[in-house]
Amino acid sequence: MSTDTFSTYETAWCPGCGNFAILDCLKKALEQLGKKPSEVLLAAGIGQAAKTPQYLSANAFCGLHGRSLPAAVAAKIANESLTVIVNTGDGDSYGEGGNHFLHNIRRNVDITHFVHDNQIYGLTKGQASPTSIEGLVTGVQTDGNINEPLNPMLVAIACGAGFVARGFTGRKEQLISLMKQAIEYKGYALVDILQPCISFNKTNTFGWYNERVYELEESYNPQDKIAAMTRAMEFDEKIPLGVLYREEKCTYHQKNTVLKTGTPLLDQTTDPAVMNRLIASYI
Amino acid sequence: MYNLLIGGAAGQGIETTAAILERLLKRSGYFVFTVRDFMSRVRGGHNFSLLRFGTEPIHSHSNRLDGIIAMDDETILQHISQLKPDGFILCDSKLTTTDARAMKLDMDGMAKKLGNPRVAGSIAIGVILKLFGESQDGAEDVFRAFVKQPLIEINLKALQEGYQFVETRFEHRKGSYKDWMLISGSHAVALGAAAAGLRFYSAYPMSPSTAIMETIASFADDAGIVVEQAEDEIAAINMAIGASYAGARAMTGTSGGGFSLKVEALGLSGMAEIPLVVIDVQRPGPVTGLPTRTEQSDLKFVISASQGEFPRLVIALRNAEDAFYQTMRAFHLAEKYQIPVILLSDQYIGDATATVEPFDPVRVQVMPSGNAYTSEEEYLRYRYTEDGVSPRLIPGKSEHLVCIDSDEHDERGHITESAEVRTKMADKRMKKLEDLEQELLEPEFIGADDFDTLILGWGSTWGPITEAVGLLNQNGKKRYAALVFGDIYPLPQKLLREKAAVAKRLINVEQNATGQLAGLVREATGITCDGSILKYDGRQITAEEILERMQREEEK
Ligand SMILES: Cc1ncc(C[n+]2csc(CCOP(=O)(O)OP(=O)(O)O)c2C)c(N)n1
Ligand SMILES: [Mg+2]
Repeated sequence: MSTDTFSTYETAWCPGCGNFAILDCLKKALEQLGKKPSEVLLAAGIGQAAKTPQYLSANAFCGLHGRSLPAAVAAKIANESLTVIVNTGDGDSYGEGGNHFLHNIRRNVDITHFVHDNQIYGLTKGQASPTSIEGLVTGVQTDGNINEPLNPMLVAIACGAGFVARGFTGRKEQLISLMKQAIEYKGYALVDILQPCISFNKTNTFGWYNERVYELEESYNPQDKIAAMTRAMEFDEKIPLGVLYREEKCTYHQKNTVLKTGTPLLDQTTDPAVMNRLIASYI
Repeated sequence: MYNLLIGGAAGQGIETTAAILERLLKRSGYFVFTVRDFMSRVRGGHNFSLLRFGTEPIHSHSNRLDGIIAMDDETILQHISQLKPDGFILCDSKLTTTDARAMKLDMDGMAKKLGNPRVAGSIAIGVILKLFGESQDGAEDVFRAFVKQPLIEINLKALQEGYQFVETRFEHRKGSYKDWMLISGSHAVALGAAAAGLRFYSAYPMSPSTAIMETIASFADDAGIVVEQAEDEIAAINMAIGASYAGARAMTGTSGGGFSLKVEALGLSGMAEIPLVVIDVQRPGPVTGLPTRTEQSDLKFVISASQGEFPRLVIALRNAEDAFYQTMRAFHLAEKYQIPVILLSDQYIGDATATVEPFDPVRVQVMPSGNAYTSEEEYLRYRYTEDGVSPRLIPGKSEHLVCIDSDEHDERGHITESAEVRTKMADKRMKKLEDLEQELLEPEFIGADDFDTLILGWGSTWGPITEAVGLLNQNGKKRYAALVFGDIYPLPQKLLREKAAVAKRLINVEQNATGQLAGLVREATGITCDGSILKYDGRQITAEEILERMQREEEK
């Protein structure tokens, strides 16, 4: 297997940050899949996690906070031969971009979404994120967070996502495997990655996660939606890692009349005869 | 020139009746211009179309009527004062009017007897054709375009019934516009986008911009275009930017409220230098305002929308022909300068149908998306160049990596906080304006060379101003001219400075309350208008109104 087809750059992350493990796993996953940098598009919004595309040699689209999904999905619509991967934060994905999260599950464009879920707003120095647990004290939530956390796994399954998985930066071999499965899955694939933020989340630490996580047993059937929802609800005491739910579904490209012709959209042209017919229809 | 009003409640088929009638008149050779005035409701209320036709070009509506086709009492009540003394009213016999000009016809009864109460509109079309000395030839062809197959026959029968009912009252005049197109501004934008090689259109429905999305969707499968109805306007514009980055020519469209949501991403197009065309079909604001009516009050908003500074081009559409060719040009300039180009339309020209010479889809050359890169040097997305434009590659089309960033970035497209790079990159982006300013189109000059009064206008008031200048120069001792801007930001200044220097009076005519063009002109050139004619009731100004208000301005 070729190594180092992807190079990395110096990062601006805190030493000990969980993002290093994710970057490393992503590089390995892409290399193990035999991807070339020029065929990969890494997309992100804004945040610490969202800097990931800056640090790996591939095409990169670092857009707006919360808006990585619409841009990434449209890039894939434009050119289906790109492998499109979104790496961005929990705030970016589930907060600012919450509406896009819901609706891109419904679109089912063949992209991969890795959420670096540190249950905190890292870049803005430690405010509650949609996944922050109740009671978390921050500079804004001074009396402790009074909102219930969003359960992204449960939401994704309920909205009809066909690939829903959870990983942890402390289980790198499994994370690489989950990343590879997600990238190869045909359709929208979500991997929520538990990622300790050593600077701003002093509650959900590496140890906190490590005590709770367990890998889904071999007998677990990821095609059982009800079972998947039950597991997705586990978080406080035990947190399951692995592919929670998987279902083969028709993708956006397979359903859209123009895209299912097989010609990538950017290579399509409008027949001049069609244009002339259109003009004539107004005479 | 004739002017007919077709009015009734929403759901009474006013739209279809007007669409069929205007097409029949155009096909008989007339130049037709139709405006649509409707309320923001699906049933009831009062809606009307004003259909003006003649043998000479017509670019605006008029409120003086030769005929009223009334589907309800309300229509007569509201418009009878506009009817000329020798005008006519065509209505169903159950309506209550006692006006001597009314031709009452039991259209509802006739329609019911034919077997479908909804064909009353076609009976009215038959009456009008006969009144104006038109033949029924070709009616079938037109009906085929507007009514479902099983209903064509009954509608043609209805037409014939109406045709038999009256004697010809107006003489048929021979016009030369039979082979021209009859198209609304919004449809022309859709066709212009297709001609420019549009591949991806994303939008969220909002009146009066939805017609563009629906029109593109109607031919998207044949033309190889993906239309995506986004979950919101923020998604719509970010999708368009993502598609454009990846090499698919992209556009998004909305009205003012949706544009407000798109603002941050407009800056992304500017900062990341990703070509983008955005259209704002204006309606009266603030906020929800008057959803189905017209205004020109987003100019100051769109020229400064989004934080920070970046180059952009704003083009105001003046008519349906502009709508086609300027949309094509917008794609070209967006690609050439790698900037956002904003088209400003409004409900008036968006929904009005005008007679135009058939579009030439190859008149405007549009640059292909992305460049070829043959240099030996490392590819850098934001390489510093003399003119500020860096070679744009499409990701995945070569071995080179294409990295874009909304953060300030270095030539490679990587985040940086270097003071030096920041200044150089900001300069590089703004530098693109220098060449762009050289190719701006000067405003259209209308009227007498030896004018005293110069009218300034922009966008959709082009029609009313053109007609008004003609009328003003017929009537008075004073001479009038106008400059109507299409390219509006950056503001083209050459012709403006030249004409303003010799004008005795400068009057701006705008559909807004604050005189936004006058403000922009003052800011860019120091030239101040002496008076202004402003209208912001949601209804487009007419030439007659300009005439009347001009006289009042001059008495001041
Ligand atoms: C429109 C907008 N609002 C707010 C911000 C400020 N901001 C940047 S990143 C961020 C949250 C980051 O949290 P998350 O997405 O979880 O990423 P992390 O830094 O934790 O990896 C915020 C609020 C912004 N850049 N843009
Ligand atoms: Mg976070």
